Order: sequence, then C-alpha cells, then structure tokens
Amino acid sequence: MDTPATYLAWNFILISIPNLLMIAAMIVLFVIALLAPFPSDAEAVESEDNPDA
Amino acid sequence: MPETNPKPQAEHSNWTLATRRLLERRLPLKNMLPDRQPYYVGSWVYIFGVVAIAGLIWVVGSGVVLAFFGPQWWHQSSAGRFVNSLHLWGQYFMAGWRDGRAATWMVGVVIFAVSIVAAFTGFISQQNFDGEWIAVNAKDATNAAGIGSFFNVLNFGQMYGLHIMLLPVMVVTLVAAHIVLVRMHGVVRPIEPKQTAQPADEERAS
Amino acid sequence: MTMSDPQDRYYAGIRMVHFDLVKELVLALVAVSIVVIGLAGALSSPDDPAVTIQTWATKDPVDFVTTATSELSGQSGTAQYGPPYTNIPDAAQAVGPIAPQAWAGVSTPIDTAQDFVLRPLGFAAVGNPTLTAALNTYNAASPDQQQTWLTNYTTALANATVGNDEVSVAAGDYGPVPDLMANMLGLARTGALDGLLLRSGTLYQTDFTLPLLFMGDGNYLPDLAAEQHLTGDQWGMMNETGSYPGQTWLWLFSFWYQVPPFNTASNTDLVVIILMIVLTALLALVPFIPILRDIPRWIPVYRLIWRRYYRGR
Repeated sequence: MDTPATYLAWNFILISIPNLLMIAAMIVLFVIALLAPFPSDAEAVESEDNPDA
Repeated sequence: MPETNPKPQAEHSNWTLATRRLLERRLPLKNMLPDRQPYYVGSWVYIFGVVAIAGLIWVVGSGVVLAFFGPQWWHQSSAGRFVNSLHLWGQYFMAGWRDGRAATWMVGVVIFAVSIVAAFTGFISQQNFDGEWIAVNAKDATNAAGIGSFFNVLNFGQMYGLHIMLLPVMVVTLVAAHIVLVRMHGVVRPIEPKQTAQPADEERAS
Repeated sequence: MTMSDPQDRYYAGIRMVHFDLVKELVLALVAVSIVVIGLAGALSSPDDPAVTIQTWATKDPVDFVTTATSELSGQSGTAQYGPPYTNIPDAAQAVGPIAPQAWAGVSTPIDTAQDFVLRPLGFAAVGNPTLTAALNTYNAASPDQQQTWLTNYTTALANATVGNDEVSVAAGDYGPVPDLMANMLGLARTGALDGLLLRSGTLYQTDFTLPLLFMGDGNYLPDLAAEQHLTGDQWGMMNETGSYPGQTWLWLFSFWYQVPPFNTASNTDLVVIILMIVLTALLALVPFIPILRDIPRWIPVYRLIWRRYYRGR
C-alpha cells in the first residue's frame, strides 16, 4: 500500500485510482440505498398510548 | 392522573418547574426514544444518519485509545467522512429542512465544517511526511486569512491539543444538538405535490 | 395523550408502525466495526517517515546549501513572505481592500539570516576558532559586501559539485561564506541543526515553525511531495501518500487551484478561502434559497425514497 498510486489524467482533472474508487463506491451505495427494498414488518400501531408508560 | 400537580401557591415563578414543563412538552422521552415511526420510513436512505453516528463513535473511541498509545494504527477519517457524505445527500434529496427543520439542516452543515477542521488538525498531528507537507502548505492558507500566528499549523503542540480536546468537544456537542433536533421534530413528512420546499415557521400537517 | 405534543399533530392521520431505534444503532455500530476493523487490519495506514533537516542535507547537500545561502541573503521564500514572518511591503495577499494577512501584521517575526544561519552557527562556534573567525569576518563586513559575497556564491552554486560530503564551487569572491556554509552543512548532517532551530528557551519543544519553514524553502521537500502528487497544482490536498485513498471531500477546495485564473494568481489562497466560506454559508442557507431548495422537488429522488407512501395514496 505504500507504493505511489496510479493517477488518471483528463484535461485538468487528475485523480488517483483509490480516490476514484471511493467516490464511485459512495455513488453506488447511495443508489443501492434508494432502490433496495426495505423490510416491512409493518404492524400498525393502533392506539396512541404507549403500553409500558 | 399519573402526575400529581404541586399546590398552586408553590408554583409562583418556579424556574425549575417551568424548565421541566418546557422539556416535557418539547422533548418528551417518548419522542427522544420512540418505538414507532411513520410507516413511510421505509428506505435504506434513512440509515445513513445512524451509520454516521456509528462512524463518529469509532472515530472518538479509537482516538481515545490513540491518545494513550501514540502514533496512528489506522486511517479513520476517510471512512467516517464517506458515510457523512451519504447522509448529507440523502437529506438534500428528501428536502429534510422542511416543516420547521431549517435549524437541523444548518447545524448539520456546521458539523460538516467543524469536522473538516478536526480532521485537518488530525492530519497535521501525524508527525510523518504527510503531516509535515500538509503543515507547510496549509500555512499559506491560514496566513492569507490573517490567522496564521493565532492558529499556527506549524506548532505541533497547538494542533494536537485542538485535535484531541477542543474540536472533539465541539463535534460531539453539535452532533448531540443535531440528534435532539431530529428527535424533537420527528422525521420530515414526504414531499406533497402542492407543497413548497420552504422551511416554514412551524410544523403543519400537510 | 397527556399533554399537547407537536408531533402528535404533525403525524395526525399517518399510520405509525413499530421501529427499534436502539437496535438500529447497535446494528449500525456492529456493521461499522466490521468494516473499520477489516480495513484497518488489511490495509493499515500510511506512515511515510518525516523528513528532517539531517535527511535533507545528506540526500541533497547542494539544495540545502543553496537554501541556507538564500536565508542568509534574505531572498528565501520565508524571508520574502511578508506577514506574519517578515515586513515586506505588498507581499500580503489581498482581494481589493480585504487583506487579512496585512491586518494581522508581523506576529511571528523571523529574521532568516539570524534565526536560520547565524544564531545556530554562533552556538557551533564555541570552541571552534576557524568558525569564530569566519563569523567575525562576516559580521564585520558591510551589508553591501555581504550581499556581493552571497550573490556570487548563489550564482556559483548552480554548478556546484559534491565530493567527500562537501559542496564545492568554482573559485570566486565569496569571502567567509563558503566556510559558514560548510559548517552549516556539517551541523545539518549530524542532526544538530534540527535541534538548534527549535525556538523556545525551555526544555519542552512543540513548536516546529523554524525547521518546517526552512525545509519548505528548499526544493527537496516539495520534490518528494510532487512524486506523491501532493502539491497544490496536482490536486494535492485530496491525495494521500502511497496507494491510500485521500481526503475526497476536499475536492472543491482543491479544484480552484487547478483552473485559471486562480492557478496563476498571487492571491489565490485568499480568494479560495473567501470563496469556500461563501459556498459553505450558502450550503447552510439552502432552506432559504429559492432555486436550490426546490431542486429536490424537481428531481424526484424523493419518489424513490417514499415510494411506499405514494403507492398507498
């Protein structure tokens, strides 16, 4: 891990592969969070009163 | 009645009682630690906040250990900040500041800014090549802003002290305030077609 | 309901379901622990050892001597920096009338000739008659004479050679300067200079202003940084040594330094700071800014987040 990283250059943009992976991972995780189904054990709470108040 | 009221004549101008009544009304325990949520809280996007909190717990905890033992074992800031970014974008797309929640959003932005300073002082405190180089460059920014002597990035003692004491206290205090605000207002309602995205002065039911 | 709770009104008519916040926090903590411990165990963390003046003088003696000479002549980056280190008119960065660097004044005064060269040599001169004589010759000369020697020596250093741990230049009129510099090099190579440059007069040292400024004035440290893509015009702020990911969240701060007109201006640091303060303030004020706060309604990511709710309507 101590050898210098590989860098990608495009116009004035210069980014290391590790940094690019971090940004990509962030975007991917966000999209997954948007799309993944959320478990629903949605048993509605009928009454307002907290049973163990 | 679960609560017995004190006799009226004992109430005249009792600040303690007034404070307690305010807290009971604005921050009731059932809202601080609710066991129920609106049914629309059904997206993984909601977890980014609590994952950011878990990240912060790790950052602070490992920092305490490091303070005892010396040089760094692992690189914390990247992981914590990564999660924080996920949380920020989630809140942006939910327009989480609506219905009286502008303060929650603004405190969140302040936390972001303060944690950048906290991370920065951490990088400077590494006492390795990276820390040296960052200090030598950062001084140009602090000097240009006129604060270079007051906040001397070349002074290890000062930077380290800020990093392990003052800044963590600020971050933790701000995060606590942020969480209290979230629990006080409850999660924001879904965007309605006719609704504007203004923060509004008080919470309205649609 | 025992007393008026704003949340009861806010959620009126909305179906509530059971949710366990504490369990959620514990699970999040477990998940984060696995990730953090896994990454730390597998990848460790970057720790390139610090460069010292000793390393510098050993690896690149010509650069060291050239820098020391520039400190003595008052031509180094630090000497010409302006506030807070030296009093150079018009050196401070300014945007119109806004010049906080100038307002702060010379609050960390540094005399580069004294602090970096003459004072350390003064310590080394105790019990060293040759060095004492050289120092006396230098100090007794007029400022013009000193500058002549220094300018000549600086020019000659461009073609210097290194042999037997010594820096040699072609013959010329340099006065005692080569002797002074040979002693500086000796002090640096032994590691003594690292210690002599620490400022405070007490036992405990935490302020590394002088050694860091001295190293920053040379080429050795910046060249090492450039190899790792850490300099300002290489998006350096975002990067880390080795193959570790860096501070990707600093992308916007770093961005300005890569593009015109910022990348060639002399007041770039101040401009970028002001710009980032304004942008951060705007971020905080998003709830109050008309078009920015409406984007979430126009780009309906929210329809994905709350699809359960909208399906039920």
